[in-house]
Amino acid sequence: MYGLFLRHFYLITRSFPRILDLVYWPTIQITLWGFISNFFATHTTYYNNAVGVILTCAILYDFLFRTSIGFNMLFLEEIWSRNFTNLFIAPMKIGEILTSLVATALIRALIGLIPAVLLTSPLFGISILDLGIFLFFLFLSLYLFGITLGILVSAGLLRYGPSFENIAWSTMFLLAPFGCIYYPIEILPEVFQKIAYLLPLVYIFEEARNILINQTVNIQNIYNAFMWNGVYFVLSIALFYYSFHVAKKKGTLINMGE
Amino acid sequence: MKNLVEVKNIKKNYGNNEAVKDISFNIKEDEILGLLGPNGSGKTTTIGMLLGLLKPTSGEILINGQKLDGNRIEILEQINFISPYIELPKKLTVKQNLTVYGKLYKINNINERIEFLSEKLRLGGLLNSITGELSSGQKNRVSLAKALINEPKVLLLDEPTASLDPEVGDFVRSFLEEYKKEKKISILLASHNMNEVTRLCKSILMMKDGIIIDKGNPEELISKHGRKNLEEVFLKLSRSKNELN
Repeated sequence: MYGLFLRHFYLITRSFPRILDLVYWPTIQITLWGFISNFFATHTTYYNNAVGVILTCAILYDFLFRTSIGFNMLFLEEIWSRNFTNLFIAPMKIGEILTSLVATALIRALIGLIPAVLLTSPLFGISILDLGIFLFFLFLSLYLFGITLGILVSAGLLRYGPSFENIAWSTMFLLAPFGCIYYPIEILPEVFQKIAYLLPLVYIFEEARNILINQTVNIQNIYNAFMWNGVYFVLSIALFYYSFHVAKKKGTLINMGE
Repeated sequence: MKNLVEVKNIKKNYGNNEAVKDISFNIKEDEILGLLGPNGSGKTTTIGMLLGLLKPTSGEILINGQKLDGNRIEILEQINFISPYIELPKKLTVKQNLTVYGKLYKINNINERIEFLSEKLRLGGLLNSITGELSSGQKNRVSLAKALINEPKVLLLDEPTASLDPEVGDFVRSFLEEYKKEKKISILLASHNMNEVTRLCKSILMMKDGIIIDKGNPEELISKHGRKNLEEVFLKLSRSKNELN
């Protein structure tokens, strides 16, 4: 497991564009959304007393995005560098491969998150730490969902090969409308609301807004988020093992690196 | 000599396509077995099954007496593979790549192992070089070092000297001969270089359309088919109907 972590750590430290990529997008996103949130704060009554709500949600969403894409990137790097076969003939259990990728994805996401969090205070006078101790649970929940999506996409790559790559990039954009990241769930049509309630995202972002705007905590939201995360995480692991089994039957593993 | 590789009646179907049709063979320790055949004959599929990357539709593979099915991790610790179609991460240095694979194969004394291999494979001056910036010959030797990092009992080689100049090709062949003799390992060599196969292999399997159409040592095959060299035998068998099942 440490070996696989080292493989990606070496890669990151050897490539300036990769380091830049880790820091660039979160920073741009936060800056952009910082100005947007300032705009809304001065033009609507909804956000009048909570300037940092949109910005906080942007940071939370970006952490989710980085975690999920980060996980997919680790997997895709092996395909692009034609190293995939080497890894799958190394004596590593599937669980070890997943654990290494999950840990490395966390480190990648944190590298992107920390500069963004540090920038919000001097630029906009806002601290995400206003969410208090519950911030940890919200981040943990987002991290779990991020890696769950990463595992699901990687399962697709195993099963269908590199052609599944584009899905890796679009997953988060597809789910974003149902996540109710910047608006309350009531904005969605009723059918969409039913779908949204099946995702942990809506509970996480509803709760973040609830804490910041109403200064209260609804534990049920945090509990629901973890419950759905647990369900999807277990499903994603099962699907990854199934995809590995199918890939061995269909020959995807041996053609992946070519 | 005991058999380190035992392949018993393996078949591999992709839907209705029978890529490998009931083949059996063994590789003894201290033996290099040549696997020849035209493109699409089933060589890569056979290697994929030996590596555990493909599940045979039926049949059984034993490595060092252990069934591959159900003992994948234990067996992968004892084998390794080199192919021009797979590469090591290009941005990492040679030493970083070897360190990563040393860790993945749970090698205790990685630095000693890297030092030993870099000496044997003339990599001393390249350890801190970026892998992607090396020449084909240098990359080939680095891939070979990776393939030997775990001191494999069974080494699978898919065209190990493809695209190498004659000098480097000769160096790699001499190294393999010496290493096999010293460590008593089994090697499966898939190659289209008939001179290489003639030089390295005492036994050869000829595959076509998923079956073994002939086998024997190079001299026997040349004599049996009344040809001057192995390349002519290859051409004759590739163009003819299947002779032996």
